[in-house]
Amino acid sequence: MAKILLEMKNITKTFPGVKALDNVNLKVEEGEIHALVGENGAGKSTLMNVLSGIYPYGTYEGDIVYNGEVCQFNKIKDSEEKGIVIIHQELALVPYMSIGENMFLGNERGKSAAIDWNETYGEADKYLKMVGLSESSKVLVKDIGTGKQQLVEIAKALAKHAKLLILDEPTSSLNEKDSQALLDLMLKFKKEGMTSIIISHKLNEVAYVADKITVIRDGSTIETMDKHTTEISEDRIIKGMVGREITDRFPKRHDVKIGDVNMEVKNWTVHHPLYPERKVCDNVSIKVRKGEVIGVSGLMGAGRTELAMSIFGQSYGTNISGQLFLDGKEVQLKNVKQAIKNKLAYVTEDRKGNGLVLTNPIKINTTLANLDSISPHKIIDKDKEYQVAEEYRKKLKTKCSTVEQNVGNLSGGNQQKVLLAKWMFADPDVLILDEPTRGIDVGAKYEIYCIINDLVAAGKSVVMISSELPEVLGMSDRIYVMNEGRIAGELSAEEASQEKIMSIIVNSGKGA
Amino acid sequence: MGKANVSAFFRKYTMIIALVLVVIFFSITTEGKILFPQNINNLIAQNAYVFVLATGMLLCILTGGNIDLSVGSVVCFAGAVGAMMMDKGVNIWAAVLTMLIIGILVGMWQGFWIAYVKVPPFIATLAGMYAFRGLSNVVLQGMTVSLKSETFIRVFGGGADCYVPDIFGGEGINMTCMVAGCIVVIILIAMQLKSRINNKSKGYEMAPLGSTVVKLALISAVILWIAYKLASHKGIPTSLIWILLVLLAYGYLTTKTRIGRYLYAVGGNEKATRLSGINTKKVYFLAYVNMGLLAALAGILTIARLTTAQPTYGQGYEMDAIGACFIGGASAYGGIGTVPGVVIGATLMGVINQGMSIMGIDANYQKVVKGLVLLAAVAFDVISKREKK
Repeated sequence: MAKILLEMKNITKTFPGVKALDNVNLKVEEGEIHALVGENGAGKSTLMNVLSGIYPYGTYEGDIVYNGEVCQFNKIKDSEEKGIVIIHQELALVPYMSIGENMFLGNERGKSAAIDWNETYGEADKYLKMVGLSESSKVLVKDIGTGKQQLVEIAKALAKHAKLLILDEPTSSLNEKDSQALLDLMLKFKKEGMTSIIISHKLNEVAYVADKITVIRDGSTIETMDKHTTEISEDRIIKGMVGREITDRFPKRHDVKIGDVNMEVKNWTVHHPLYPERKVCDNVSIKVRKGEVIGVSGLMGAGRTELAMSIFGQSYGTNISGQLFLDGKEVQLKNVKQAIKNKLAYVTEDRKGNGLVLTNPIKINTTLANLDSISPHKIIDKDKEYQVAEEYRKKLKTKCSTVEQNVGNLSGGNQQKVLLAKWMFADPDVLILDEPTRGIDVGAKYEIYCIINDLVAAGKSVVMISSELPEVLGMSDRIYVMNEGRIAGELSAEEASQEKIMSIIVNSGKGA
Repeated sequence: MGKANVSAFFRKYTMIIALVLVVIFFSITTEGKILFPQNINNLIAQNAYVFVLATGMLLCILTGGNIDLSVGSVVCFAGAVGAMMMDKGVNIWAAVLTMLIIGILVGMWQGFWIAYVKVPPFIATLAGMYAFRGLSNVVLQGMTVSLKSETFIRVFGGGADCYVPDIFGGEGINMTCMVAGCIVVIILIAMQLKSRINNKSKGYEMAPLGSTVVKLALISAVILWIAYKLASHKGIPTSLIWILLVLLAYGYLTTKTRIGRYLYAVGGNEKATRLSGINTKKVYFLAYVNMGLLAALAGILTIARLTTAQPTYGQGYEMDAIGACFIGGASAYGGIGTVPGVVIGATLMGVINQGMSIMGIDANYQKVVKGLVLLAAVAFDVISKREKK
């Protein structure tokens, strides 16, 4: 039996009014990849914050035994000195600094009064090579993609001589290809003796990479599964996470009549707002019928979000050309207001950044896109506002104390429901949902799928942009595959499969 | 539950508690002089401009912590133009209208650069601060212009005799003032009652009855007490009428109207607001247009109170207004802040100023104290929010 590198014993952490962690136990062997899974708010991140010293010793109960000794970390620096390095879900890089500067931020080479830039960049290049990046460390972080930024974060961790690497949702903003590369990198490090903990929602990735999986539910450890002794399937993990078996991850749609074409886009071309010579969408034509869900699949950067936002009242891009038909009539949507008026809605992928006003309560967010309907003579009817918010809270089963609660205090899944409520209240005929289930847990996902089904059952059309292939396959009537700004292929639900979609992407990339 | 409730109570009413403590402190150190009717009257008249400017500033700050540095200069500029017009014999109402229009034009000018050209507000209004100060000097040719119109001075609360006339003719005590105080209290209670009945009939969540009654009783007591104090002096100062008009109008605007909602939304999350079909540029623009209008109104009140116009008027007013907003709980990042908060902030600043003046503390030290109070208020706000996480 291998040596236990880390053991967290009976960790209990309480916040005012809430027990976030309740007697959690975690054992990590040296040289393994240990996955931590659980629904949002189950306590995974809290546990890792305890481990890394973000919550200092004394604010929690229980012991951390690392490398045979009991540790008392008071700040992140303490844990990093021992070789425990955490990489957070939100990347912590400064965009206008070079890769090298970022890598040694707070850990500068040379003397405090005289930074040794040669050593900085030399060392940085060395670590970049280890994670398989060919970029020079003098390139600014803003000029590389998210996938590469994630690798820079890992290189940064290596530069701190990490022995235990903790990755919190490392692939949440990466496309399939970059995710795969990252997971393979983890496996490579494992061979070299590195121990890692990975927190992830993507169960296929967990099953692929992890040796052991610990399930946390409602602040307690439920079980630890060992890949080498038991068979681990995604369904098995889900059962542990939600405490019940989800027999079908995608609810069935019954007897939804597919009607006439509701929205059609013809020869749509969009140029990049900053580099107008670059085409972000190139001659795209798609259509969606009443009662139909179409999936738009593709890698990150394929132009899916850009397509959606340019359709939605030109909120992205310049030199937009092409035709847009809504309900058979050609329309010109110059701004978002016109788009909403023409019964189009775009539900953003970035709910915190582009979707919700986090400092405002649920009711205010719910009505923001259609304030006119509850404010005759420009004065808001607060009774009506409350009723509307209450109605959608019930309809979408949003979990909150009241609709007066600030959206910022809700979990990701409930925020997503508020965002959906906001756009449903705008009464659209066509909804474009951009990554509608990103970063939310299995239970909430299922509820979002049910809402989508209700929408199409009411004769609306849904365009669902998603990077998760199972979701696209499970929910769509028809699938468009986008690559490098173009529609690379179209598949019906019957003929589509993960392999087919990926091969369309790969082949279209070769052709270009 | 007790402990959490107490701390929530203190967090919510910190500034009110601070205000009460400061008043008690000065009542002791000035041997009660600060509560003399005369002094309460002065507190209102002297700080009228702070209330008006801080209300306008609040709207700018709501849009994302954006401040307007030019208001002091605009106060002076609008006042200067009005004073010159009246000096040349122009009808006073024409002059008042011109001043307000100048305020709007100044606001449009700055709003244009900020909203449509995207010049950072700090820079755009810094430019305005220089430019309008210079223009005031040009208009007044560097001199002091006296106001002669009694009507103007009386209506806008200047000079020694600017009170609402006592129609009931009370002896020793101003009956109009007391009656007005009572009416306000009755309206307040009636409104609260109506809203509770409404909430109850529709089954909405309500604040507990006990705390509502206590709150209402305290507010009523304060209003009646102020009315009594004013009544034992000379009655309602006209400047108070202007302050109340502005506060009521903007209290309504920020809580009940579409544009009010947009101000909070833009400050809370600009991108989300834009993607909700709201013209965010227009929201910024209107916030600054409105600031110009209120700066002009403050200019009118200022020249009326001092019965002259000078090129140095309004210096530092912008800082008083910004300070009142932040002390009153507005967020430096936008999206958070209320008109009642501004009232508390402005009053707290005013009380500290006056208390120290009565104590005879050197004006330079007064500035030091004001600065420290502002720092403490914002630091407290930041720290209490951090604890909440």
